[in-house]
Amino acid sequence: MYRYDHYDHALVQARVDQFRDQTRRHLAGELSVDEFRPLRLQNGLYIQRHGPMLRIAVPYGLLSVAQLRKLADVTRRYDRGSGHFTTRQNLQLNWVELPRVPDILAELAQAELHAIQTSGNCIRNVTTDHFAGVAADEIADPRPWAEILRQWSSFHPEFAHLPRKFKIAISGATQDRAAIQVHDLGLQLLLDEAGEPGFRVYAGGGLGRTPLLGQVVREFLPWQHLLTYTEALLRVFNRFGRRDNAYKARLKILVKALGAAEFGRQVEDEWLHMKDGPATLTDAEVARVAAQFAAPDYENLADEDLCHLAHLREDKPFARWVERNVQAHKVAGYAAVTLSLKKPGAAPGDASSEQMEVAADLAARYSFGELRVSHEQNLILADVPKRELYTVWHRAKSAGLASPTVGLLQDLIACPGADFCGLASARSLNVAAAIQERFEDLDYQHDIGELELNISGCINSCGHHHLGGIGILGVDKNGEEWYQLTLGGRQGNTARIGEVIGRAFAAAEVTDAVERLIGVYLATRHGDEAFIDCVDRIGLDAFRSAAYDYPTQTERKTVNA
Amino acid sequence: MHKLQTRQIIKQRRLQDDAWKVVTLVDGEAPFDVCLPVGPLLVPLAVWKAKKACLIHREYEHGTPLGIWLAPEDNPAEIAADIDDFTVIAVHFPKAADGRGYSTARLLRQRYGYDGELRAFGDIGRDQIFYLNRVGFDSFLLGEGRSAEDALNAFDDFPDSYQAAADQVIPLFRRRAA
Repeated sequence: MYRYDHYDHALVQARVDQFRDQTRRHLAGELSVDEFRPLRLQNGLYIQRHGPMLRIAVPYGLLSVAQLRKLADVTRRYDRGSGHFTTRQNLQLNWVELPRVPDILAELAQAELHAIQTSGNCIRNVTTDHFAGVAADEIADPRPWAEILRQWSSFHPEFAHLPRKFKIAISGATQDRAAIQVHDLGLQLLLDEAGEPGFRVYAGGGLGRTPLLGQVVREFLPWQHLLTYTEALLRVFNRFGRRDNAYKARLKILVKALGAAEFGRQVEDEWLHMKDGPATLTDAEVARVAAQFAAPDYENLADEDLCHLAHLREDKPFARWVERNVQAHKVAGYAAVTLSLKKPGAAPGDASSEQMEVAADLAARYSFGELRVSHEQNLILADVPKRELYTVWHRAKSAGLASPTVGLLQDLIACPGADFCGLASARSLNVAAAIQERFEDLDYQHDIGELELNISGCINSCGHHHLGGIGILGVDKNGEEWYQLTLGGRQGNTARIGEVIGRAFAAAEVTDAVERLIGVYLATRHGDEAFIDCVDRIGLDAFRSAAYDYPTQTERKTVNA
Repeated sequence: MHKLQTRQIIKQRRLQDDAWKVVTLVDGEAPFDVCLPVGPLLVPLAVWKAKKACLIHREYEHGTPLGIWLAPEDNPAEIAADIDDFTVIAVHFPKAADGRGYSTARLLRQRYGYDGELRAFGDIGRDQIFYLNRVGFDSFLLGEGRSAEDALNAFDDFPDSYQAAADQVIPLFRRRAA
């Protein structure tokens, strides 16, 4: 993975010093709350319900063992012994104290970690495929490009005060696992006829109040122009994006207002002035960065390991875990393992300091010293020899990291919701817990099969509810928590925004409603048809009528009265 | 018409007294009707367009240097043809969060080739200086109550920068490789 040179170290350290001084001035009363807000946000610091929340960047989701150990250490010493991995591959600490944040950042900097631009109206952490470099369907490794973009976007002087936040995601595979179509800028790596990489450019995607999929503004951007083109696109956004209404300030609104063709034309016009200028990428720079993502020293292994096959035959729980949590690898004899951060009773994406340490130990011993964070809020060991899977499973299981439910109901995505987040309209963790409890039975879950259930505690949509086969959105009605259900969302190549099925449910009704939706599926599915395919085949009506075909809470109250 | 008080500014990393007055239009005032006080003036884009001849005359006859200020929404392309006429171009930041002026500055410097004094004024202070300087501003009239002395320290907040901008047109990756 990318290692800092003296430039990177100096820049990140300078940021720590700068923020230490800003925090000092704020605490001394020299910087008002309003003046301090954008400064702390661009260092990942929110002021939330219980106090500050610090969002630490995990650039494109990649962590070394030393980094994860540092995060474990920091969560133990500066927080309450746990952290929350987010849908944007970052880590959030919910219980930090403002005066100590500069010290946290200084410690993170030693491990080549930071919280730069993880919030605020600027270019955010670049995300990518958690199977980058190991997926069999990979066209080109997205990580060097993500790192090049990370550097270019860090402390970009022109784009630190954008109309609204700006998110970039890159996919280098035929299957999009980075949700590039719901980002402000989505980049799909492709190869041209000569085998040279480039990008299909999607612009104006995003969830939130107005969920929209990104539209193609350029079919193929040769790699040399990645930075100049992105800079041109950002300049058009910075100059012409709406600033009168925060809800209409994302790039998607500008792209929608202008039309993708006109927006693309304005970007091209701007780009012509910069194209082939000094910011044009060089072979030397790409080679320098790409060399740091070179494949590890894989052993020459047979694709099937006999011991592994025997364990699969003899140990059913292991086989079930392998079926769900172990993914194919492009190198023979290796596999990618998902360490699940989902289980009933724990917030999705939460990991204790001890779990982080176990995950780091497993990575050190069995996966070349690296891990990834997935946008489904799990940890990934990307390079595990198949012969070690049984041992990895045992150790993961004893640390509570082996729920055999990847892609199933329990693997649901949820934001922290109103339990922690100052923006939330309703809690999401209670809903997540109730659903996980209702469907705890593994046979039942495996029978239901693949189903993406995503929960957001407010319309900002951090839980990506629009993309869930079942989406749940918390809304506030006169101080009460209600939940709106959407159906039919998809992520990936066929990304699609789910449709709201009708009036919202009270918190106590949500799990029943979800179970009724699943009941329709179980009763009407064909063979091994997945939930989402069944929704596509029979349409929403059957689900809708099942969801509402019961006495509502209000009606029950009336009856009881 | 309202004239903002002039005071000390930061210019080329030093504190200096400044005599430029900012001319603003009051609501409903037609750009052509603005009366121009004596001394060096920063006029709004609309006044420049309406009274260009008069302003240039002042310069020729009285040696009064020309200045203009741009609002966040003003298109710097509109003064591209006149750019060498100005001694000072100022860009207003009504709110620190409105970052359009950063793009304006880069366009003035890097596209339209302006090499005179480029001034930022409005809701700016120590914590904006580093980026403002990078996009091409070399003079700064800070917002009310902001310490200019303190702001002088901000120019060196970072020892280098990854990306190209007006102050360093060669990105780090090209210098790093060398």
